[in-house]
Amino acid sequence: MAILNRLKERLSRTRTELIGSLARVVRGHGCLDAELLEQMEEILIRGDVGVETTAKLLEGLKEKSRAAGQLKPGQILAILRQQIEEILGDERSKESSLPLSSTPHVILVAGVNGTGKTTSIAKLAKIYLDRGRTVLLASCDTFRAAANEQLEIWARRLGVGMVKNQPGADPAAVAFDALRAAQARGIDVLIIDTAGRLHTKSTLMEELKKIKRVIGKQIQNGPHETLLVLDATVGQNAISQARLFHEALGLSGILLAKLDGTAKGGIVIAIKDRLNIPVSYIGIGENLDDLERFDVGKFVGALFSDS
Amino acid sequence: MFEELTRRLNSALRDLRGRGKLSEKIVDEALRDVRRAMLEADVNYQVAKDFIRRVREKAIGQEVLKSVRPAQVVVKIVHDELVQLLGGEASTLDLSSSGSTVIMLVGLQGSGKTTVAGKLALHLRSRGKKTLLVAADVYRPAAGDQLSLLGEQIQVPVYVASGKKPVEICAKAKERARREGIDAVLLDTAGRWHIDKEMMQELVDIRRKVAPDEILLVADAMTGQEAVNLAKEFDALLDLSGVVLTKMDGDARGGAALSLRAVTGKPIKYVGMGEKLDALEPFYPDRMASRILGMGDVVTLVEKAKATMDLSEQRKLEEKLRQKTFSLDDFLSQLHQLKKMGPLDGLLDLVPGFEASGIVVDEKALVRVEAMINSMTAQERENPKIIEGNRKRRIAAGSGRTVQEVNQLLRQFAMIQKMVSGMGERGWEKNLLSMRSKRRKGRVYR
Ligand SMILES: Nc1nc2c(ncn2[C@@H]2O[C@H](COP(=O)(O)OP(=O)(O)OP(=O)(O)O)[C@@H](O)[C@H]2O)c(=O)[nH]1
Ligand SMILES: Nc1nc2c(ncn2[C@@H]2O[C@H](COP(=O)(O)OP(=O)(O)OP(=O)(O)O)[C@@H](O)[C@H]2O)c(=O)[nH]1
Ligand SMILES: [Mg+2]
Ligand SMILES: [Mg+2]
Repeated sequence: MAILNRLKERLSRTRTELIGSLARVVRGHGCLDAELLEQMEEILIRGDVGVETTAKLLEGLKEKSRAAGQLKPGQILAILRQQIEEILGDERSKESSLPLSSTPHVILVAGVNGTGKTTSIAKLAKIYLDRGRTVLLASCDTFRAAANEQLEIWARRLGVGMVKNQPGADPAAVAFDALRAAQARGIDVLIIDTAGRLHTKSTLMEELKKIKRVIGKQIQNGPHETLLVLDATVGQNAISQARLFHEALGLSGILLAKLDGTAKGGIVIAIKDRLNIPVSYIGIGENLDDLERFDVGKFVGALFSDS
Repeated sequence: MFEELTRRLNSALRDLRGRGKLSEKIVDEALRDVRRAMLEADVNYQVAKDFIRRVREKAIGQEVLKSVRPAQVVVKIVHDELVQLLGGEASTLDLSSSGSTVIMLVGLQGSGKTTVAGKLALHLRSRGKKTLLVAADVYRPAAGDQLSLLGEQIQVPVYVASGKKPVEICAKAKERARREGIDAVLLDTAGRWHIDKEMMQELVDIRRKVAPDEILLVADAMTGQEAVNLAKEFDALLDLSGVVLTKMDGDARGGAALSLRAVTGKPIKYVGMGEKLDALEPFYPDRMASRILGMGDVVTLVEKAKATMDLSEQRKLEEKLRQKTFSLDDFLSQLHQLKKMGPLDGLLDLVPGFEASGIVVDEKALVRVEAMINSMTAQERENPKIIEGNRKRRIAAGSGRTVQEVNQLLRQFAMIQKMVSGMGERGWEKNLLSMRSKRRKGRVYR
């Protein structure tokens, strides 16, 4: 236990002393040497950026410094920031108008257990409602206890309709019914909630594919958006999640929920870098207004600042 | 879990084995890889650093350098350190207190508290304990409904009181438990941020009011670097009695387990292995450590293999490994042998190195692999090196696959070949044999 206590002490010291902002560390150090690189590595890794992407970013920095000679702190920060923004940048996330490709515009939402899908769907509905669109929700989580009840409460708060079925029903059938209803009622946006599932469970992933197929048969190019909800506190496993959900569904974007805590969600940099899946939205709380379009500048700013 | 870490450790340690001698330089090289593996597994930066330092201190010593088989000494050091960090012996709930034992579940949003409450209730009920579930989450929409439905499923009563504050709910529930002679009370609290002062204060108030016998932090096995901070805050305010690690049924490398344990010093008591309420298992640090090293599962595999594998086939294979003539034919027959052992899913990655080869192990993939191998000539199967452009195209056409798939198969086979020849040479079988005799507590996490 002595070792553990020592470690505990060290960790608390570490947090206050070492995990300052990248900005502070770079300014405080001055020149790009091995020590600064290690400190930057620590900050990036502790932001869940991952070993590989961190190494790539720092390598880029070293290269620039080899070419340009000794970099000033301001330059170091600017280069690092620019590199990250370049990885994360995506035309799609710049669109603030949320165009509707068809009526209804169908959004399928998926992810592993407990990441924030249902809550995010309520918030997403709010965004469309605020823009004067009509919204219908589909409760295709027929597995988890009280999944219907949970979404129903949100639907009531939002004043929108919801299509559901009995627990244990075929989720694809619910999606089908919901799409029919949306078409019949001339709804602008249909958002489909699905049960949380681990990406490694192939039968559950097949079930998702079926939902997607059913929608695709019923409406051209549907679903028009397929969002993967990631929990911002997630670590490197998010890469596996993104890869397998992308393989199954072809993701249009990531919704990074729970970014209102202290976790930086740095893993999305690695995901964009390796799989080219952009971040579309960020969730920043448990209330209806706590969803924002992803803003690269803001996100990177937070990564560079104190936590 | 820990697959990737296992893979990396395996490759790092294989190097050590290969060299035979253990210099400071070699240890450092290998530990650099181990460190990287740990970080990729989400072990906290500082925890990993500390771990490496300790292992290094022990590894670079007389004992290791003088020993006959230095690599095994290092394996043992890494393993022992992991076991120690993970908590030594297994530990579960303490239900010895007289009257009703109160167990409080806390954690971040969506970590699995409500599900764990249901799982523990089922566990306790099936051990003959009169149990009460308490819905102390008044914030999340339908949180009470969720717990009520779970209680219904397992026939455990649920205390729900709408319009009351969580502190009051918990106090009232405890009163009821005392009145009704209930053995165990499970408090399902709302998810919250460890940095949310107000919400954390609520937990402190509940604790003061009902004095729970156990306060368990429910944490997601997929948690990243933040694990240390949340564990530290929850522990500092509530003096946790233990941790439950959920969602271990996926492929999360689970380095958070190491971090949680390191900063709180509290035992990981259970792991969640699925969404169903019976998917709760005790936590065995040694299994986890073995898993990290990629050794524990070998035991399971060997036992399973002994029961189902054709012994003469097995001998033939061992001979081939020794003579380094492992061919695609042998590979195919191995896959068939493995298939006989039961669901392929998860079995192959129990073999050290197999996982690293990137071979997909579902039945469909096996059919594809089989088709490609069947389209090869005997000569090609014996010596895949001769398969170039034209042959690849012929094989692809013959099996209805693409040239890329043929390439992939050949690449993966080359890796396996390399790996198994290393085994034959360096006495991996001896390792396997020595582990056969070692008794295990049962299934290993995956
Ligand atoms: N602080 C915070 N909490 C969130 C956010 N999004 C979701 N949550 C909380 O996370 C928990 C899980 O959210 P859900 O929406 O039920 O998650 P889910 O992915 O639908 O869960 P399953 O359907 O069980 O897989 C709830 O307590 C939510 O209030 C967010 O952006 N910030
Ligand atoms: N695969 C898997 N899923 C799990 C496990 N434990 C819980 N879950 C799922 O994770 C999701 C969240 O679980 P909950 O029990 O609702 O989590 P919670 O901590 O109570 O959530 P809040 O009350 O919103 O903070 C649900 O979809 C559960 O079914 C597990 O061990 N494995
Ligand atoms: Mg949900
Ligand atoms: Mg809950």
